[in-house]
Amino acid sequence: MAGAAHTGFIIAAYAAGFIVIIGLCAWVMLDYRAQRRNLADLERRGVTRRSTPPRPEPTQQQAKEKA
Amino acid sequence: MAIADLANPTRFLAFANRTIPWLGGLAVVAFAFGINQAIVAPDDYQQGATVKIMFLHVPGAWLGMLGWGVMTIAALGTLVWRHPLADVAAKATAPIGAAFTLMCLVTGSLWGRPMWGTYWVWDARLTSVLLLFLLYLGVIALWRTVEDPSRAARAAAILTLVGAIDLPIIKFSVEWWNTLHQPASVFRMGGPTIDASILIPLSIMTIAFTLTFATLVLAAMRNEILRRRVRTLRLMQASAAS
Repeated sequence: MAGAAHTGFIIAAYAAGFIVIIGLCAWVMLDYRAQRRNLADLERRGVTRRSTPPRPEPTQQQAKEKA
Repeated sequence: MAIADLANPTRFLAFANRTIPWLGGLAVVAFAFGINQAIVAPDDYQQGATVKIMFLHVPGAWLGMLGWGVMTIAALGTLVWRHPLADVAAKATAPIGAAFTLMCLVTGSLWGRPMWGTYWVWDARLTSVLLLFLLYLGVIALWRTVEDPSRAARAAAILTLVGAIDLPIIKFSVEWWNTLHQPASVFRMGGPTIDASILIPLSIMTIAFTLTFATLVLAAMRNEILRRRVRTLRLMQASAAS
């Protein structure tokens, strides 16, 4: 059967398509997480954009609770 | 929101955050329907079951060319209008277009072996698509080599505009030269020559892949905007420290 003989080629083609789609989705999602983490890290160190409103200073009560 | 408002990166980010889940969801639904249709599609009278490879190969070819088309418009945006998101779009699209072009080449090869008796021939269509893939790699390398994004954008935009010459060559190669690759059978004057039983799953899979492409480009653009913010903040931090 020619159809059965070609099954390997069809499976290989769909595997290639699957790898491309999954690979692209993983790349985009991991990159997004990395950039969010970098931004959060900078913000934690007090480096923010000028257009970003500054974080409110903790009140004396909050500072005491934290201490 | 007007389209012009999206030129603002912050507004674009808000738009992308709202749109990506919906586009991605639509892509998943379209894939579920398309793969179901592909499984039940009959064998072709000449190609047999290998016609199912076309449901990946044709969208790959279409999106490889669409990606370069998007980058060409973005290159004009960078060089002529200096649009703030143009080089972001160009940089984000390049790896995605390259991946779909590679998918087109690999699936085409896997179809060619049982149908033509060979994985590869140096005919005009195959060679011009391989050239497109190499052009994509060139643009990606340029983006990675030049550190300043605005300088990299200009260099990549020039290469993109030069590379756009390859798009009509790919499209018309099967008419201009005697090629082993068959002539156009979907996008042609007089309509498609494919039977509806094959054309319908092919169209649904093409829509699914196009929705995926749009989702990935939007997400990659969002990442690139965030990466530039990180770069700017690190430069600010470094200059404050010195």
